Amino acid sequence: MESKRASFEGALEALGVTVSSTSESELEAAVTEAVTEPAVGVALDETVGDGTFSLVETPITVDPTPAALREATTGVTGAELGVGDYGSLVLSMTEQASELVSLFVERHVAILYEEDIQPDMDAAVAELDERFTETNGSAIIATGPSATADMGALVKGAHGPKEVHVIVVEGED
Amino acid sequence: MATADEIRELMRTEGAAIAENTQGFNTGRYDSVGDLEDYEDLKRAARGIKEDAIEELPELLDQLTETVEANGGTVYIADDAADANEYIRDVAHERAADRVVKSKSMTSEEIEVNEALEADGVDVVETDLGEWVLQIADEAPSHIVAPAIHKSRESIAELFNEQFDPDEPLETAAELTHFAREKLGEQIIDAEVGITGANFIAADTGTMALVTSEGNARKTVAATDTHVAVAGVEKVIPTVADLHPFIELIGRSGTGQDITSYVSLLTPPVDTPVVDFTDNETPLSEFDSDRDFHLVLIDNGRLEMRDDEQLRETLYCIRCSACSNSCANFQSVGGHAFGGETYSGGIATGWEAGIEGLDVAEEFNDLCTGCTRCVNACPVGIDIPWINTVVRDRINRDKEAPGEWLVDGLTPDEEDDGAPLQKRFFGNFETVAKLGSATAPVSNWLADTTLARQTMSRVLGIDPRRDLPAFERETLVDWAGDRDSQVTNPERRAVLYPDLYTNHVQVERGKAAVRVLESLGVDVVVPPAPSSGRAPLSQGMVATATDHAERVTEALEPHIADGRDVVVIEPSDHAMFTREYERLLDESSFTDIAANSYEVFEYVFGLLDNGASVDSLSTVTGAEIAYHSHCQQRTLGLEAHTVAVLEECGYDVVTSDVECCGMAGSFGYKSDYYELSMDVGDRLRTQLEDDGVQDRPVVASGTSCLEQIDALLERQPRHPIELLAT
Repeated sequence: MESKRASFEGALEALGVTVSSTSESELEAAVTEAVTEPAVGVALDETVGDGTFSLVETPITVDPTPAALREATTGVTGAELGVGDYGSLVLSMTEQASELVSLFVERHVAILYEEDIQPDMDAAVAELDERFTETNGSAIIATGPSATADMGALVKGAHGPKEVHVIVVEGED
Repeated sequence: MATADEIRELMRTEGAAIAENTQGFNTGRYDSVGDLEDYEDLKRAARGIKEDAIEELPELLDQLTETVEANGGTVYIADDAADANEYIRDVAHERAADRVVKSKSMTSEEIEVNEALEADGVDVVETDLGEWVLQIADEAPSHIVAPAIHKSRESIAELFNEQFDPDEPLETAAELTHFAREKLGEQIIDAEVGITGANFIAADTGTMALVTSEGNARKTVAATDTHVAVAGVEKVIPTVADLHPFIELIGRSGTGQDITSYVSLLTPPVDTPVVDFTDNETPLSEFDSDRDFHLVLIDNGRLEMRDDEQLRETLYCIRCSACSNSCANFQSVGGHAFGGETYSGGIATGWEAGIEGLDVAEEFNDLCTGCTRCVNACPVGIDIPWINTVVRDRINRDKEAPGEWLVDGLTPDEEDDGAPLQKRFFGNFETVAKLGSATAPVSNWLADTTLARQTMSRVLGIDPRRDLPAFERETLVDWAGDRDSQVTNPERRAVLYPDLYTNHVQVERGKAAVRVLESLGVDVVVPPAPSSGRAPLSQGMVATATDHAERVTEALEPHIADGRDVVVIEPSDHAMFTREYERLLDESSFTDIAANSYEVFEYVFGLLDNGASVDSLSTVTGAEIAYHSHCQQRTLGLEAHTVAVLEECGYDVVTSDVECCGMAGSFGYKSDYYELSMDVGDRLRTQLEDDGVQDRPVVASGTSCLEQIDALLERQPRHPIELLAT
């Protein structure tokens, strides 16, 4: 477990993605610290945890209007999986508009349970294969911020977010 | 075909940006795949999946259609571009779309859907920043992955400032990107229809993979209520699990990124709510996700390519651009010269021949010199040089016969007619060399007269700026025939293959090879043997090359049967024996020669490794040397052997790392390509004139490389075997 996480965090660092970690009970504080306001988020009970956690006590507007989304600097969503050797996040596409909240913002904060870190891409794709076969689901394998080199030099922040932050939620042990 | 003038103009205007970007991608590829422990396994897996998928294509298309329809989408298989466009226009019309936003898709460029929609009054906006730049500039892509690499930051800034007249003139890449993001962001949320491509589509779930970095493909799907995905029929693979090797390989092979920012795995229609971006009352989750999805799969010649034994492999292509970036000629001219209607780079010959026809492939096919540097770079192992050769052969056969009055006698080949004069001259160079030696030195004096050079230039297109090879009167075979073996109790016995140049032109290196092998206890014979067929193969004269291959094996077979190893000095001929002959000979003849052939330094390395003493060779203590290996030799993994042997002999070796010297057999002799050849060569010259290298003697393995280096440098290069002879 430790080595998967270490390789995941090493890969994130190389991508310029910042990381913080927290226990489930401290998650609200960790999220509050990670966002730059104005911030919006999806109702996390759907993507993380068992409903004991909500964003109500944070400065985040949960389930915002489209206009509020466009005004927001930060979008907070869950991540289904992490991919150890690449530092990738697997983002789901739900009816809660997780895709819009993670995409139409400058800063994306992703909440990921440590146990969902897969060792490598092979394992991550195998997991997705299983899920898609059951659910006809969709997902984005997102690795670092959006980027382009089309304007003559590498620029972070093309159509999607310019910054990505990952909050790793550690298991209670 | 691009003329010398067109190539010169492209190199002047676009060459610098193309060179910087493609070489950056290429270096990135080496670094990135170097990090993959299971790189070769992944390539094999990717290749296997593609082979099977194309084999089972009709069944997979049926399965995919069923799955997508069960998911709530529509599948349309279009016979050709017009058919696809008609369908897409209907979709846009039914949606009453004013604006269609697109993410980057080569297939949509192939069918020219933008023009079709615009004719209906639909505003089509390319959202990939590179494509958007080209849309504004009204230019064509110069690269299949990074379409605007021929444009510098300065030229993009100039374009934007002129077109949009912003309050503050734009200058930096960050400013240009931000400006484009804002401008396009407004247009994306205002569009009704989103068109994407698809890199892969899994038949089992209907999941498509989109490989992108900017996030525009995500927005194109998320912000519109009608999604049209346009893809060639060859993009279908069996399962989602099959995506794995491609996800790991595609970015690394192309632009040298381990993975691109986003790999969208979409099983449309997706659940993301369709929102009104101006609404400031309704929460996102309360919008519903009614989305129409249309998968437009395009045949447009692909099913015929599937039935074409030679072009079929093209369908394995994942459009990563490795063959463009690793190509020395492409690095100089880009896709505006080295490309057809839609596709560019080495594999474009297969695509354009299959989709558009031979006439389009002919426009750029000669720019593939067969150096093979793309072969190992291709993540699905397509033999791209072979596809180029086959297409060249077909183009040759499509032509009227050239003027027989001049080629009579010089072209004793197996071609029915078509191959143009210049190609037949170079393809039959063996005849020229034999005549040249027989009549040397008179032949050399005559060839160098102004009149002769003018005639060669006018009739054969041989550039007068090139020095011609000088033929030796005594060939290597003659020399060897007149002397006795110097070895009494041989450790091994070998037949040294007298390649065309060693036998007629660079005879000294042949003598050196014989002496080196004898010093190491090898009994050597040098029998007469036909030329390998490399020259005709390069000209697309496959039948003639096959005839050579058959005669070479006939000549060498008794020696092999007699227990002799085949030692080859010229790397391009060694590559014929161990690689290209597989296409030309039956399996057992090929295996026989391939398994018994060794490049000369590979052989020396083996002898030293098996106990022969380096002291029998000429050794030095730390003498500095610069070594340029040969493109085909490097593809076969045989550069290291020369370096190791030279080091064991006491040399301090630095090596070049350019993909090709630019000469590539006859390529650099042709007037149309002389300047391109020298531009490619200039990268090698720069390395050989670098600090710490500029005073080192230069050795090179290939005949062409030696000629090119001779033209590039004051220093005269030699074959490394000449250093070892006592």
